[in-house]
Parts: sequence; C-alpha cells; structure tokens
Amino acid sequence: MNGQRQQMPLIALRGVSKIYRTGDVEVAALRGVDFNVEPGEFVAIMGSSGSGKSTLMNILGCLDRPTSGQYFLDGQDVSRLDRNGLAIVRNRMLGFVFQSFNLLARTSALENVELPLLYAGVPARERKRRAREALERVGLGARLEHHPRQLSGGQQQRVAIARALVSQPRVILADEPTGNLDSRTSIEVMALFQELRHEGITLVLVTHESDIASHAGRVVVVRDGRIISDKRQQPVPAEVPPLEEAVS
Amino acid sequence: MNVLETMSLAVRSLLRSKMRSFLTALGIIIGVGAVIAMVAIGDGARASVQKVFDAMGTHMLIVMSGSTNSGGARGGFGSQPTLTWDDLEAIRTQLPSVRAAAPEMRTNTQVFSEDQNWTTSVTGTTPDYFDVRGWSIATGRRFTEADVEAGTKVAVIGQTVVEKLYGAGFDPVGQVIRIKKTPFTIIGMTARKGQSPMGQDYDDSILVPATTFQRQLQSQSLGKYITGVLNVQADASAGTAKAREDISTLLRERHRLGENTPDDFDVRDLSELANSRQQSTETLSLLLASIAAVSLVVGGIGIMNIMLVSVTERTREIGVRVAVGARPRDILAQFLIEALTLALLGGLIGAAVGLGVARVLANQFQWPLLIRPEVILIALGFSALVGVGFGLYPARKASQLDPIDALRYE
Repeated sequence: MNGQRQQMPLIALRGVSKIYRTGDVEVAALRGVDFNVEPGEFVAIMGSSGSGKSTLMNILGCLDRPTSGQYFLDGQDVSRLDRNGLAIVRNRMLGFVFQSFNLLARTSALENVELPLLYAGVPARERKRRAREALERVGLGARLEHHPRQLSGGQQQRVAIARALVSQPRVILADEPTGNLDSRTSIEVMALFQELRHEGITLVLVTHESDIASHAGRVVVVRDGRIISDKRQQPVPAEVPPLEEAVS
Repeated sequence: MNVLETMSLAVRSLLRSKMRSFLTALGIIIGVGAVIAMVAIGDGARASVQKVFDAMGTHMLIVMSGSTNSGGARGGFGSQPTLTWDDLEAIRTQLPSVRAAAPEMRTNTQVFSEDQNWTTSVTGTTPDYFDVRGWSIATGRRFTEADVEAGTKVAVIGQTVVEKLYGAGFDPVGQVIRIKKTPFTIIGMTARKGQSPMGQDYDDSILVPATTFQRQLQSQSLGKYITGVLNVQADASAGTAKAREDISTLLRERHRLGENTPDDFDVRDLSELANSRQQSTETLSLLLASIAAVSLVVGGIGIMNIMLVSVTERTREIGVRVAVGARPRDILAQFLIEALTLALLGGLIGAAVGLGVARVLANQFQWPLLIRPEVILIALGFSALVGVGFGLYPARKASQLDPIDALRYE
C-alpha cells in the first residue's frame, strides 16, 4: 500500500465514466477519462459548456462518484466511498473555490473560513487562529468581522480561497473562480493562485477562458466527455497592472 | 462537531431571524402555556371541591334506622328507631374497617343567651363525632366520654351561633345559654367549616353530649334506641365499601334478621357523592388538558412548516457545508437541534405564561394555586418531543440534499 502510494500521482483517474439517466435517455458526460495530476502542479481544465468539464470537476471534488472507473486521491481509491466517506475526504484533502463564492450570508469572514475546521473537529481557539492566519494570507487580515455583503466580489473570492486553504488540503479545486469577477480582480485572484502554486499547493482550475488558463502550467482540454489535449506550458505571470494604467 | 457547537450554531441561526423564530415558537408557547394553566385550573377546582367534602368528613358512612310498616303504610328510613346504643358500641369496637362511629340526634330549637335568641340545630352526640365529621376546636375543649356518661349540661358551639348570640369575634367559653329552658355551659367553640355540598351552614349548630340531649331536649326518652342516625368513619385503608358491608353483616346478625327478611336499617356511603363530584372535575380537567395538548401538536406542525421553508431557503448554505466536509448526520443534527431549540425555548416561555395565567385565574376564582412540578416537566418534555418529531422530516430532507444540486440552487 505504501509502495503503491509513493509511485502514484496525487490524482489518478483510471477509465472514469459518468452516465446520467433521465428517463430512458442516457447521457455520457465522461467517457473513459484517464488523468493524472502530480503534487505541486497548476492544471487548468478547459472546455465549452456541455463538454463534461463540470462533471469532471465534481468527480475530482468528491461531490459525485463515477459510474465506472477508479479515482485514486493520494493513493486512496475514493470512487466507491459512501457519502460519509466522501465528506471526510472533502474535509481533509480538498479545498473548493466556486464561481459564485458561496459564502454564508450574515456570517463573518472569520466564521466562513472556520467552517471546514468546524467539521474537522478542530477546537474553537485553534480554529479562530488558523482562520485568521488564512485570511491574513490572502490579504484580508483587516476584514475578519466583515460580512460577505460588506465585501467586494474580489474580496469575497479571497475569503473563499482562505476557506479552501485553511484546512491545508492536498488539492485546491477552483470552478470558474473568475467567472463573476471583472478582469482586474480576475488577474488579482490568478496572481494569488500563482503564489499558492509557488508555495507547493496543487491547484486544479476549471475555466472556459483561455487567458485565465494561460496562467496555469498545464492546460487540459475536454470535449464530449473526453480529454482531447493535455499540454504543459510556460505559465504567463499574472501581473496586476497599476491602478492608474487600468483606469486610463 | 460536538453538540454544544451545534447548539450555538442553531441559536445563532435562530437569532438571525428573531421575529420568525418567535412566531414559529408561538404555537408551542400557547400549547405549553395552555396545558400548564389548564392543569392548574383543574387541580384548583378539584382542591376546592375536596375542601368542601373534607368539611363534611372523610370516608363517611351514615347508618339510618329502619322504617315503620303499620297497616301497609310504610314510613321512610328512620321513622322507626331500630339502632341501639349497643349496636353503636358493636360497630365502634368490633369492626376493624371502622375507625370511629358516633350518633347524631338532631333537633331545631330556639337558644337564648342573656339578651339574644337564635333558632339553630342542636346535635346530641359523642366525642367521636368530632373526628368523624372533622370538627376542630377554635377555643375551649370538646366534651368527653365522662361528660356523655354523666349527662353534663355542656355545649360546643358553632361560630355562626356565636355571631348571632354574642357578636363576631367573641369568645363564648364559660357563657351559659339556655336550650329549651335548660341552661348549658359553653365549653368550646368549633373552628369555621363553611358550607356543606348542599349549601347548608356547618357553623350554625350546637353540639351537646348525647345523654344530655336525650334527657333534657327530647320529649320522650327511648331508652336503648338511638333516635337519630349513626355517623361512621371507615378506616382509610379498608375503604367505605368494606366498612359498609361489615356494618350490614354485623347489624343483620345483631338484629337477628333471617335470610329473607329485609334490612331494618340503611347504610349510606357519602364518599360516593364526593367521588362522583371529584370524577366530574377530573373529567373536565382531562378535557381541558387534551384540548391544550392538541394546540401543542398544532405548534409542532408550525415548526415543521417553518423548518421546511428554512431548509429550502438555505439550500445553498447546506451545499456549502456539505462541500467543505459536513457529513449528512452533521446537517441532520444542525436542523434537528434548531427545531428542538425552538420548541424548548417556546416551551420555557409557555411555562412562564401558563404559570402567570394560572396565578391570575386562581386569584379570580379564590382557588388554591396548585402547580405540580411534574406537569411543567412533562409539558417541556412533550414540547421537546414535538420539536424532534416535527423537526425530523425537514432535517432529514436537508441532510439528503445532493451537494451539486444544492450548490447550484438559486
């Protein structure tokens, strides 16, 4: 088991298929996908809507189980776990960043970031400390008690990234993280991702925008439930233009 | 996540919409309040009925002598004395199911103090009568067996009579009154008892020793016969039914009645009357409490309704919680504890309201305020049960949500 773990990549999909049934109609969202992610990689998954990239993301995020095939996360086959088992995997090994931020309304930034630790059973004091550190890490140390409504879109997404970081997961999964942001804040968020990548955090990002994908070190394109291309590239540094230039 | 954290989570989420939480709990508040108030009212009513019957004497039986039958015209019970002093003595001493027995011979007559007169009921009896009828003495003393044997002219007097002859608040002990021209020395005054279940004033009476009564106040003496009824107190553990049977058997034996001869006496069980009164108040309070319990259930349905709305509204929140690692049972616990907290808080407020209402009503009706702690505990327990019962379905629904759908929910 240990030997196998050392040989295996962090994420390994083996012939993963997902078939949805609506009445008599079967729709194959994924058709035998093989896919590896090594520790420390920054992977962008691209594809148009209906390509199966969201399904792939849901399976990678242990929110859904493949119809067939295997999914090894850090050497553990998670494709046959029940709801409780998946919840524990999500809690311990994965961090999520969503397009629509998905922060709890009328709840402070700090409490939002504490949420994964709450379900991990971390004691209150340590929870607060780690949540504060995570918020400081994304540059929101001064807004701990702000509620989502009091924060801008970019700030809300950074709270969400802090929430994904706080449990020190093996992989952060970001589903169109810049979809609801303007181009300037998008670049800010991508810059933050690149910083995290330099710290050795593994990132998988789903997007349909090629300029967003250009910040990743590897781009995987999905179409009709299959991976049609998988290229490593030199990531474009996400440099935020100074504010004056952006305005002029 | 432990229970305390889940509870604080629940309280915080309830506090986020205070008005809604209050309105949701209102059904439970009214239900619990109604149950507690209704039970208190029932208990108060029962206690006041009990007081009336206690004044009459507890576990009371009345033995009446037989009827005359002269030329086909039959008199009522008591028209022919058949009970003797020896019968009384036998009932008193031979029956373990009888605690005490005393004769009761009555006459209505005019009594005189030095400057007033009043017509009242004079009863000739023995010291046992005070126990059987539950008379206590306010001032002075009872008369004794020795008084009965000697036929002394002493009287124990009720407070209404004292009021009429001497004025309220007067201590009559030592005064002399004349009853049918015979002077009696007052040796005691009874404590106030109030009205009988039939509305007759217990305190408007004078008690004198039975022998004195027969010698001084009755026109003709009947010797061995008692010209009145016997008051018998049954032993509490044996019960009145047993005592009644024993007395019948004993008297039939003593009167040498053959198998086909009807009784020449009648034993009446007064506790039957008390029981039927008691039962009707119990039925009433049971009815009130069940109506109140229905409102508790309605309150529970209110909680279920709002919890279902809440689950739908918070679908995304549930999705987020599940995505970051909440297990189905964490979500279940969160919503269940929210429902439970609502119900329990409602129950506590309701208990306070119920106690307040019970107090006001007790004042209004001059009842004793009786609050049984177990009623409050049962009401709270029941509201907790309602919370869990009606919270279970919404909470289960929340815990079964698919995280992908929940996160996409608009």
